[in-house]
Amino acid sequence: MKNFIGDLNKAFESRVRLGIMSILMVNEQVDFSAIKEQLQVTDGNIASHISALEKLNYINVEKKFIGKKPNTSYAATSNGKKAFNEHLNALEAIIRQSN
Amino acid sequence: MDKQFQPLEEIREIRSIMERSSRFQALSGIAGVIVGFIAIAGTVFAYAALGLSYDQVPYEAPGQDQYSSMQLNGTFLLLDALFVLILSAATGILFAARNARKKGLPVWDNAAKRLMINFAIPLAAGGIFCAILFYHGHFALMAPSTLIFYGMALLNGSKYSIDDIRYLGIIEIGIGLLAAVFIRHGLIFWALGFGLVHIIYGTRFYFKYEK
Repeated sequence: MKNFIGDLNKAFESRVRLGIMSILMVNEQVDFSAIKEQLQVTDGNIASHISALEKLNYINVEKKFIGKKPNTSYAATSNGKKAFNEHLNALEAIIRQSN
Repeated sequence: MDKQFQPLEEIREIRSIMERSSRFQALSGIAGVIVGFIAIAGTVFAYAALGLSYDQVPYEAPGQDQYSSMQLNGTFLLLDALFVLILSAATGILFAARNARKKGLPVWDNAAKRLMINFAIPLAAGGIFCAILFYHGHFALMAPSTLIFYGMALLNGSKYSIDDIRYLGIIEIGIGLLAAVFIRHGLIFWALGFGLVHIIYGTRFYFKYEK
């Protein structure tokens, strides 16, 4: 029997990262406050996970100004979408196997 | 790997986050019922104010100058419908915001914005189309047109909200088409589509999602 656990992506072990990617899979562009509102975790927590995902080139960060207010928004890269889908497939395979 | 690794739980959470962040969930059933009553009140008011009995057709009001009388009725109906629309939109938005706060969901998030935009485009097109019908004096076609465009707006917006909205949209389109066939009774169909259907749907909504 193949062990699908190995196919799971270590980058998505954290619930927060999983949450961030889930939001970015179905929304093209999301800003920081929207992510915070959805996941209900602290700023620092989100920021550290976002920078981790950014380093992996899974998400794109876009900084701009709306009027005078800085606004940072995030989008999943095609790389990130692919990695997330593979992670989902592995999760599904594990569930199927255990049934 | 986490010792308490639960893949099923994880997938459920992913799905729930995806739904929550892309679909506006806080539409209110109570608002639907109120909107329904507003529409019926608007129709009854129109019949009463124009002094028509229920089987009389407002577009064929008798008068020496048939056209100007019709135009007068058309103007009245347009203003009446506009009033109903504004009251209904305010009710819908007010209750949705209240509902979102109660459920602890964001009120004005991406999903809400996309729902609004996708709902508003066909609706605005419908509004302009009705103004054109009015301009050309096709008063009778206005009631069916509002129903059809409203149904299409719902259908379009439903991608960013609860699935039930999709079927509500299809029902409104159907009633609108029927209203166009039985054009002499357009207002009755209007009361049916905007009134009765909203009341039924709102009640169903309330018991399904808010109870």
